[in-house]
Amino acid sequence: MAHAATHDEHHDEHHEHLNFFQRWVMSTNHKDIGTLYLVFSLLMFFIGGSFAMVIRAELFKPGLQLVQPYFFNEMTTMHALVMIFGAVMPAFVGLGNWMIPMMVGAPDMALPRMNNLSFWILPFAFALMLSTLFLPGGGPAGGWTMYPPLSIQSASTAYVVFAIHLMGISSIMGAINIIATILNMRAPGMDLLKMPVFVWSWLITAFLLIAVMPVLAGAVTMLLTDKYFNTHFFDAAGGGDPVLFQHVFWFFGHPEVYIMILPAFGIISEIIPTFARKPIFGYKAMVFAIASIAFLSFIVWAHHMFAVGLPLGAEIFFMYATMLIAVPTGVKVFNWVATMWGGSMTFETPMLFAIAFVILFTIGGFSGLMLALVPADFQYHDTYFVVAHFHYVLVTGAIFAIMAATYYWIPKWTGHMYSEFWGKVHFWNSVVWVNVLFFPQHFLGLAGMPRRIPDYNVAFANFNMISSIGGFLFGASQLIFLGVLIHCVWFSKKKATDRVWEGARGLEWTLSSPPPHHSFTIAPVIHDEELAHGHVED
Amino acid sequence: MRAGGFGKHGIRFRAKQAFGVAGLMALGLFGGTAQANPQPGQLNLTPGVTTYSHIPYMLNNVALGVCVVIGILVFGAMFIAMFRFRKSRGAVPEKWSHNTTVEIIWTAIPVVILISLAWLATDGLRKFSDTTGSQMTVKVTGYQWKWRYDYVDYLGKPLHVDFMSKLDDQSNATRQLDSGLDPYAVKADGEQTYLLNVDHPLVVPIHTKIRFVITADDVIHSWFVPALGWKMDAIPGVINAAWTNINTPGIYRGQCAELCGQDHGFMPIVVKAVSQDDFAKWLADQQKAATPPAPAPASTAAAPAQATAQVAAKQSTQG
Ligand code: HEM
Ligand SMILES: [Cu+2]
Ligand SMILES: [Cu+2]
Repeated sequence: MAHAATHDEHHDEHHEHLNFFQRWVMSTNHKDIGTLYLVFSLLMFFIGGSFAMVIRAELFKPGLQLVQPYFFNEMTTMHALVMIFGAVMPAFVGLGNWMIPMMVGAPDMALPRMNNLSFWILPFAFALMLSTLFLPGGGPAGGWTMYPPLSIQSASTAYVVFAIHLMGISSIMGAINIIATILNMRAPGMDLLKMPVFVWSWLITAFLLIAVMPVLAGAVTMLLTDKYFNTHFFDAAGGGDPVLFQHVFWFFGHPEVYIMILPAFGIISEIIPTFARKPIFGYKAMVFAIASIAFLSFIVWAHHMFAVGLPLGAEIFFMYATMLIAVPTGVKVFNWVATMWGGSMTFETPMLFAIAFVILFTIGGFSGLMLALVPADFQYHDTYFVVAHFHYVLVTGAIFAIMAATYYWIPKWTGHMYSEFWGKVHFWNSVVWVNVLFFPQHFLGLAGMPRRIPDYNVAFANFNMISSIGGFLFGASQLIFLGVLIHCVWFSKKKATDRVWEGARGLEWTLSSPPPHHSFTIAPVIHDEELAHGHVED
Repeated sequence: MRAGGFGKHGIRFRAKQAFGVAGLMALGLFGGTAQANPQPGQLNLTPGVTTYSHIPYMLNNVALGVCVVIGILVFGAMFIAMFRFRKSRGAVPEKWSHNTTVEIIWTAIPVVILISLAWLATDGLRKFSDTTGSQMTVKVTGYQWKWRYDYVDYLGKPLHVDFMSKLDDQSNATRQLDSGLDPYAVKADGEQTYLLNVDHPLVVPIHTKIRFVITADDVIHSWFVPALGWKMDAIPGVINAAWTNINTPGIYRGQCAELCGQDHGFMPIVVKAVSQDDFAKWLADQQKAATPPAPAPASTAAAPAQATAQVAAKQSTQG
């Protein structure tokens, strides 16, 4: 690895001539593009978060105090679109960009120019989408699920559809790049079944993306033609069927929710072994579980549609298929616990987030299982119970994993240690307030409070107020995160070692911190016992 | 509320003061409330008031119980691991990373648990999907932002009673942005009915199997009354079927449950269940006052022609 380091000096010199514009806008470097993705994602996280603050402020007590109902609907719709497509997905692509070449022993991504394009599409897509909030007629207000006929009553359909097309193109290019990198750029000896679980999770996620983003594009294009070109795909009066949209949307939508969690599974499977100082338990089972979850995600879509009046046979099929997903998901959770068992654990910030992930994601899985039971779902569906469910899997699942990954790898990225004290302050605030925010929403849902309403009966007042307080404090806690990041990047004096964490295994830790401009210009030699999951036999 | 919970199912319990106390989880599991309408501090589903509504309630309790037990085992193991296997206590990491036997066990046990839950749920679903043998039919149509009820038939005789049902005036005045009015002051019969009251409730008889045919005229809505134990989407061009058979007289409140535009939060549903005698009287009054047979569509003829085919297909599968 000494070669890499020498090489680096040469390159750094070479790159000093780049001005800001050339370095960032014209970049073809996987690390710089990874950074762009992560910074963009953080920006979107705060924009989407500020919409959430508006929602929670309006719901603080009964009665309308702050916003008109239509604006409230714009907020819920934009919050979801920004968080899903702007915060969570780009964060994972950014992490993949940074880490995959370093983890498989490659110099860069396979398709560096496409990498640049797939990032730079995104700011335009979001500028377009967010601009609708300032245009006459307002932004989309029909929910992120965009069910017609409601969604095409909005004046912003064309903007949103175009923005979604752009995001889809970006995701597909990103996915192709990741697949090409993983399949073609691995160092000799890095067999598929020796890859880190994070790389596996991204390989499978990338296939999901390629499979379903075109389906979303098709669905929204049909919305567009229904609105502007007199087609009647979803218009009952013209012989169409509004339910058709829901089938197409959720055929995209359910794999989409797994797109947002499989890379998180990968991240957690890297972090827990590092801080337990013990190889991941059941490596092959972990990979196989991810693959089976991905497969099953294609045959469960109608569990979002139990209340549309499906035929009995369909309800039963989708219920059973959905329940089946709990099995590989359970295997993953058990294996994480088994990885900790018999280890030698320390609890730095990344590990704290990873442990919180395992517990809180599992709680989201439990409510998912309850939602899968159709007669019970007739009660839960479209209430706050569902809101609680998907925030447990997405906030304490996907987002906690992204934060864990950031703390885990930022010393490698920057060459500096972050402040462990403030990292822990951020963690404890996040984990406490996120539960104050979302746990009471289970009760609201069980008591019958529908989701996506700006105002409610006084019976729901107590828990809404608790939830809003949790929301404000959770939001404020994320400013600590911002502070920790800024400190780490620009002000931290503490240098990171190459390995950073005592128990860290895998190729990325053999590079310098920060790593050279081109990660591995000379393919590294793979020693099995150096890999994160140890020596996989049998 | 008269409906105040009885039922063989569910311990009668008022969870009013309960939030914040330590027993919260246990209450969520077994207590909740037997009230039919939302209560402050309510922690669990309502057992409801119909011949069907205990099914989702029990299913919910069983599934929650299963999850709590699994949670205690898994999180318990995790906390033990975090305590015992800490580096600061001198733990030395072991080398194993594989154990086929335990892996098979913890794949197989969840399968068995899931099969039993699936069995219970399938059973409940079959009951719900059987809309045959009804003694009364009510057609429900969602509009932005009100409901229309058509009484189609009762005890084999066609009826011509229909009306619109929308948010009551007091709630409507109070809910305006900066109205300065107090949501807590909106009351009907001593109950706090802010956003949960309408001008004309749906009046139905108890001990009668009522078949609902549910559709919409503009966008998708969803007809949801927790005390009946289900919700069903109201979709333009589609007619969905559902049923209920209410045991206890009372006033049961619900809301539109599918985002339907700016006033989605302001189109409540109120079902007033009365004895069969009272219902007969109410019906007679309505028919006396009746406008000549509704100008607008009575019953299924309402649906646009091309939708009828779909509907027929759906209904043949749904019974
Ligand atoms: C054990 C695994 C899971 C099961 C059994 C499950 C089941 C379900 C079901 C049945 C629904 C529909 C509820 C309803 O609308 O009535 C639902 C909604 C949802 N789930 Fe899950 N889920 C699981 C895991 C996940 C994961 C891992 C994610 C994402 C990271 C996720 C994200 C969502 C989202 C976003 C929705 C709501 C979508 C919307 O209506 O806007 N779920 N889940
Ligand atoms: Cu799903
Ligand atoms: Cu509605």
